[in-house]
Amino acid sequence: MGFRHTTNKWITYTVLVVWAVISLLPLYWVFTTALQLGEYHDETTGQTISYVEAEPPVLYPMGIPKYIDEWQQARAAEAANDTAKAEHHRERMDQIVDDTFSGFEALFKGTNIWRWFFNSAYIAVVVTVGILIIDTMAGYVLAKKQFPGRNLIFWLIIATMMIPGQITLVPLFMMVQKFGLMDTHWALILPDLAMVFGVFLMRQYMLSIPSELLEAARIDGASEWKTFWTIVVPLAKPAMATLGIFTFMNVWNSFLWPIIVLNDADLYTLPVGLKTLQDQNLAIFKLLMSGAAVAAIPMIVVFIAFQKYFIKGLTLGGVKE
Amino acid sequence: MAHHTKSKSKPQLLLRAMWKERAAYLFLLPKLILFVAFILIPVVWAFVISFQEYGVFESEWVGFDNFKAAFASESFQVALVNTLKYTVVTVPCSVLLALGLATLINPLGKWSQGFFRGAFYLPTVTSMVIIAMVWRWVYNYRFGLFNYFLDFFGIPPQDWLNQSDTALWALIIMSVLIPPGVGIIMYLAAMGSIPESLYESAKIDGANAFQRWWRITIPLLKPTTLYLTMLSLIGSFQVFIQVILMTGGGPGNATETLVHLIYKTAFRDMEFGLASAQAIVLFVITLIFGIAQYWLMYRRSEE
Repeated sequence: MGFRHTTNKWITYTVLVVWAVISLLPLYWVFTTALQLGEYHDETTGQTISYVEAEPPVLYPMGIPKYIDEWQQARAAEAANDTAKAEHHRERMDQIVDDTFSGFEALFKGTNIWRWFFNSAYIAVVVTVGILIIDTMAGYVLAKKQFPGRNLIFWLIIATMMIPGQITLVPLFMMVQKFGLMDTHWALILPDLAMVFGVFLMRQYMLSIPSELLEAARIDGASEWKTFWTIVVPLAKPAMATLGIFTFMNVWNSFLWPIIVLNDADLYTLPVGLKTLQDQNLAIFKLLMSGAAVAAIPMIVVFIAFQKYFIKGLTLGGVKE
Repeated sequence: MAHHTKSKSKPQLLLRAMWKERAAYLFLLPKLILFVAFILIPVVWAFVISFQEYGVFESEWVGFDNFKAAFASESFQVALVNTLKYTVVTVPCSVLLALGLATLINPLGKWSQGFFRGAFYLPTVTSMVIIAMVWRWVYNYRFGLFNYFLDFFGIPPQDWLNQSDTALWALIIMSVLIPPGVGIIMYLAAMGSIPESLYESAKIDGANAFQRWWRITIPLLKPTTLYLTMLSLIGSFQVFIQVILMTGGGPGNATETLVHLIYKTAFRDMEFGLASAQAIVLFVITLIFGIAQYWLMYRRSEE
């Protein structure tokens, strides 16, 4: 038993670790390529090497071992009181740092990436805050109030959840054109605020709030609005956290609709900007991966900070991917 | 009071009930306006457009012509077949992978569980745009990681994305290798809610680990499996970002998929009627698969 148990455990861990490495390798490769040294003159062979396009691929940022090497040599030269040589190695160290981050430098100087970053961030924040207010209100009354038309509205909303979003692309495009919203952020924000998933999530969650609490507030003479803010919202906070995070992620990553309605490079969101970056620099992978890294970092940070809500959200009535 | 209410007519009662709950309508109003304007009307409108030949000033009713034209066109047929191929391979793979990985993670300690959950879920949070960009690089013929690793197994290098017989498979392999983060987490949650006593009594009856998994875990996970399959099905019918960023539907139309074709038809060719018809076909296919899936699983569970 003991022997088999440990073998099983070993197999389990091996499979999981190997698969986790495969899963994370593309993300690792984004950062490795972004931070890879550019062209480098190899003094021993006299050849110019492009590390990003080396065969076989260099699996880590080459700047790291090179930097350590130069640093050791500089230290050795200093110990031998050879200032000129030490100076030379110190310079090489600076060059290596510059070279490592040259992709980001080119990105920040040559493109509007800060603008795109800002656009993505503020649109995601506006939509998230809007959805949180609107959907919490709607979910609350759909769960806790009896009024004519309630079931009709709820089922209409549920039914449209099954319809693929691509169906509305053409009509939305025509509407946006008609109202002169092409090339504005309203064209992104308004349809995003209409997403129905949050209503469903909030309604399901609100069902678990005890009605007696709401009844008590009413007997105390609290207005509907006050009841909502002082009783419903505090109780709904866990579901709101989940909804907020998933909304933010969806809007931050949204792609198909933004590439349709945005033409002005100043208005791009990050995914749209990345697509143009790729269209214009098909083979400059260091630059492309630097852009990808800039777009990936915020979601990675958000994920690590709020991991528990991501996990909870998925199990709370089932969320999108 | 009772007498008074009785004498009222039905519409009046309804209005009274509505007036009494007027606050509820006000709470619902913002969502309702947005929903009607940006979802309900566009959905209905899409059906209307699909029966029209769209013109800038005037649209003409053409009956089912758009649908006929869609099915008659070669690119649509290819897109349909490609999308189905992609779906038929990726959906079972990702659901089974999620099940397998969750089964392995479930018995681990708290710390390891958390670690693997995070590791497998992280790529799901990352934008598909980023994943597609890096995979284009991974599939690079000369410098890509993919050929480099295949070389260890003695497989000769391929120009994966630029050959018509490998391009679709490249997209399929990539999507199978992206870990099914959502599935793993949902399976883990479902596994956690299975009462331990079921396993205890099966153990007493002499069931081994595999039997316990097959006879207890799998049947009780059925609702999760159904839900995940649906989710994954809908997602894979809508495959788009990989296509536009990695192959553009090519070479030729080797990787043309439905949503990419809809996108091209609508916003490159400005054939709004045709594009809407294509989108409705996509909807109907999704619906058929969804219903078939539901029916299959529930009929089997009744047996």
